Formats: sequence, structure tokens, C-alpha cells
Amino acid sequence: MRAAVEALRVARRFGRVQALDGVDLTVHEGEFFGLLGPNGAGKTTLISVFAGLVIADSGTARILGHDVLSDYRAARRALGVVPQELVFDPFFTVRETLRIQAGYFGLRKIDAWIDEILAHLDLTGKADANMRSLSGGMKRRVLVGQALVHKPPVIVLDEPTAGVDVELRQSLWAFIRKLNADGHTIILTTHYLEEAEALCGRIAMLKAGRVVALDTKQNLLSRFAGLTARLVVDRIPSGWQARVLRREGPAFFIGLDRHADLEPLLAALRVEGIEIRDLALAETDLEQVFLRIMRGTSGHADSADVDAVRAP
Amino acid sequence: MNRFVAESRVGAGWPTLLYKELLRFWKVSFQTIAAPVLTSLLYLLIFSHVLESRVSIYGGQVRYTAFLIPGLVMMSMLQNSFANSSSSIIQSKVTGNMIFVLLPPLSPIELFAAYVLGAMARGLVVGLGVFAVTLLFHPDLFAMPHPLWALSFALLGSAILGTLGLIAGIWADKFDQLAAFQNFIIVPLTFLSGVFYSIHSLPEFWQRLSHVNPFFYMIDGFRYGFFGLSDVPPSLSLAIVAMCALALGLIALGVLERGWKLRH
Repeated sequence: MRAAVEALRVARRFGRVQALDGVDLTVHEGEFFGLLGPNGAGKTTLISVFAGLVIADSGTARILGHDVLSDYRAARRALGVVPQELVFDPFFTVRETLRIQAGYFGLRKIDAWIDEILAHLDLTGKADANMRSLSGGMKRRVLVGQALVHKPPVIVLDEPTAGVDVELRQSLWAFIRKLNADGHTIILTTHYLEEAEALCGRIAMLKAGRVVALDTKQNLLSRFAGLTARLVVDRIPSGWQARVLRREGPAFFIGLDRHADLEPLLAALRVEGIEIRDLALAETDLEQVFLRIMRGTSGHADSADVDAVRAP
Repeated sequence: MNRFVAESRVGAGWPTLLYKELLRFWKVSFQTIAAPVLTSLLYLLIFSHVLESRVSIYGGQVRYTAFLIPGLVMMSMLQNSFANSSSSIIQSKVTGNMIFVLLPPLSPIELFAAYVLGAMARGLVVGLGVFAVTLLFHPDLFAMPHPLWALSFALLGSAILGTLGLIAGIWADKFDQLAAFQNFIIVPLTFLSGVFYSIHSLPEFWQRLSHVNPFFYMIDGFRYGFFGLSDVPPSLSLAIVAMCALALGLIALGVLERGWKLRH
């Protein structure tokens, strides 16, 4: 399998912030790859290095074997990027926007492909509307269209569903899945972990500019196999604070390795006379894995750190 | 290449960027073409009314209004060439859509060609507009003795200002920085270049100072095309203006090559 995207010891510092701290990463052709991490972890910087928008201080980045600096023409032709920011050029209509973007890649007379993109993105009726008149969700879809207009084999989507309503998100993912099935390599960053869980085959987690986890989704889930107990109580018994994954109002989420761990927790609650107002158990999902990795597998971070990780 | 990559040719992208640059100002032509033509017309009406009988040019060989017209045409070309590339780039940077130009495989020289040719086109369209309107006042100016000289200076002048606009647009982070560049550098250099007067009417010191202003050579050489008369020989002006264009072009290419302020 060829490497669609490679990063070798890529580092980049912005002032005092080490945005990327020696990232090694290989995404193979045809993968649906997830790039996860809290804000400021370096996801967008890494994508920008691949796209040639940010120049790394050191290390190498390649798209389908083409160096992003020395062979930038081939690298950029191979890559389609959906940026995170909702940007648009207010001078043009949707169709003009797509035609112009195709033209930048030296492509002319590709209206049939543009019509196909518009249809897939449910924008056919808006083809001649000015970009300014579109809703946020529509602008987002035009950005997806712009990234696809030169038929790049590798497509990077940086938080593509932020601010897109549920129905649209489903149709967008159906389209991206189809592209992946057709052989396009997809690299996705998202805040919606259930999205990554549903779509991605392999996942890398970034924290402070480093890759802290890189594995298939199944391995990540099984590595942290276990349960989460959702408890509505006034307080958590002493000795269990470190197991709190997060808090949501009166509910505490506590990580358990197996069902047998529930008994000592209930015993501790009884001993301290804490009333259980509600209790629910759930299998580990990617969000739990993410939280455990982000606070370090040692599990001694307090819940405030976890909240910081989750903050949008 | 991969089977998905549509057949794209090297160097085939920049004509689209040029087309986009043209479409951008054409879509708002009332503001980008009609407005500067009107401004120049107002200058002509007011200055010629006030100064026609008081200012003697080239020893009385040329009437003041006739003298003023090529200056106004050139000034509007210069200002609008600068405005086009600089405002296009700063707008793209501020709104974030510069990314659409930075993601495709456009080389530095392609970016340079598209932005500068786009700027030149706007400058020349506005210049032609001003010329057409002012011909109503002075139809005899249409019979230029040296139209190719005038054309050379028009092309080089608008190229220089388009290049300056490119550099200024890349340099500026905010609109007010760009406005400062325009108000404190471009406008003084244009006004002090002999648009409104022949520098021979200036005191010695100001004459010398005018000779280090490249804009003076652009306007003086351009005017030679209309009257066959100039303050300095047109070939000298052409050499100086061409050198300026070359130097600025190299600077702009270096800036684009490094990705200065565009690629971080």
C-alpha cells in the first residue's frame, strides 16, 4: 500500500508555542483516517503543513510521495483541503467559485463534474446564487466542493461538520463515504467523536503537538475496554476522585475496567452514606478513550483537566 | 499520477487567477472605474479653471489644460493599478479566502503575473476612461505625436504600481496599514511628480528632489508621447522606469517565493 500522506519528524514553533513537536504519521492510500485532539493540539497546523500553508521548521511532509516544498505542484494537485474557517469570496456565485477553483488547477470546461458535485452537495438550486446569500451550512458545502473540484486523490477535511445541521451532516458523510469507497483517501479532524467512531478506520490522537495514540479504532476501543458509570450523587467517595472522567451538572462519569469494579464503588458510597439518585452503565466509546488518553493513561489528572480538554 | 487527478497542465492556472482579478473589479466597475474617472474630471475642471491663464508650460507652447490631461490620465492609471492588486490581496487575507489561491499549484511567477496583469488592466481601463472623457475638452490631444512612447510609459507605470500594490497587500495585516501606505507614500509621490505642473516652474531645490521621484519620470515620459516635449529626455525616463519595474518585480518574486506573510 502506498503512503497517501507522510509526516516525518515534522516540527513547527510559533513564538513560544511548539505547535508541532516531531510528528511522525503515515496515512495509507484508501484509508478513512481520523485526526483527533483538543484545540491547540496541532491538528490544523499539521494539515496546513501538508497543504503548504505552513512551512515546517524541520522534518518532511509528502503527499503521495511528493514533497510539499520541493515538489509542491504535484503535492498540491494530489490534495484537496476543506478548511476549518468558513471562508468565501463575496464577489462570485457558487458556480463561478467552483469554476475558478478548478481553473487554478489548470482545468477548464469541467461543468459536468461541477454539476455532479453540486448535485451531491445538494447545491444545484443555488448554483447561480451569490456566495454572500448562502447560509453557513451551504457555504460549508461549497468549501467541500472547492476541495473536490480538481478530483484530488487525498482529501483532508478540517472540522467539516462544525455548524452543519444533523440532516446535512448525514448527507455530507454519505458523500464522503462514497468518495472513500471510490478510492479517495480521507483524512478527517473533528470534535464530534461519535463521528470519528462511525467513520474512521484508523485514528491518531494529537496532544501538544505530539502523536499520543495511533491505532485502529477497534484496538483503541479494546485497549481501553471497560465501562463508564454515570452517577448522580452529591459527592464522590474518597479514593474514587481520580476515576472521575468528567462531570455534567449533578452527574459524575466514572471509568471502570470491568463490571466487577462496580461493587467496590457501591460499597464505598454506602460506607460514606452517599445517596445514589441515579445510576447508569455504558460501554466505552471513543470519547472515553479520548479522555483517558488526553489526561494521560496514568489516570491521575483531576476532572478540571478533563474539562479543559473538552472545552470547545 | 493517480488515476483521480484530472489532467492539469503546469502553468495553466494563472490565466484563471487573472480572469478572477478582472472579474473582481469588473463586477464593481461603478466604484472601480466610473468613480476614478469622475474624480479626474473634477480635478481637470477645477485646476484648469483656476490655473489656465496663470501657468505657462514649456515656454508657452502648451496650454495648461492640455498639459494637465496626460498627467491626470497617468495619475489615475497609477493609483488604480495600485488599488487593484493591493485591495484584492488585503481583502483575501482579511476574509481568509487567500487560501483558495494558496492551495492550488500556482508558482510565485504565476501569482505575480496574474495579480500584476490584473492591476495593469484596471489601470489602463481607468486611464482610457479618463482620456476619453477629457478628450471632450481637448479633442486635439487625440493626435499624439508619439503614441508608442505614451503606451510604453502607461504599461510600465501601471506594472510598477501593480507590483507595489502586490507587495503592500502582502505586507499589510489590516486595511489601515494599507491606507497608510497609500496616503503617505503613493499619494505624495504622485502629487509631487509633476501631474499638475512642470517641474521647471519649481524652485531649484524642489526640482532636484523631483528628480529622485520615479513617478516623475513616468509622468514626464508619458507626457512626451502627447506633446513631443518633456522636462528630461524620454529615453532616460524610460530607462529609469524600466529599472524600477525590474527591481520591484524581483522584490515581489522574492516575497512570493518565500511565502512571506502568506505561508506561515
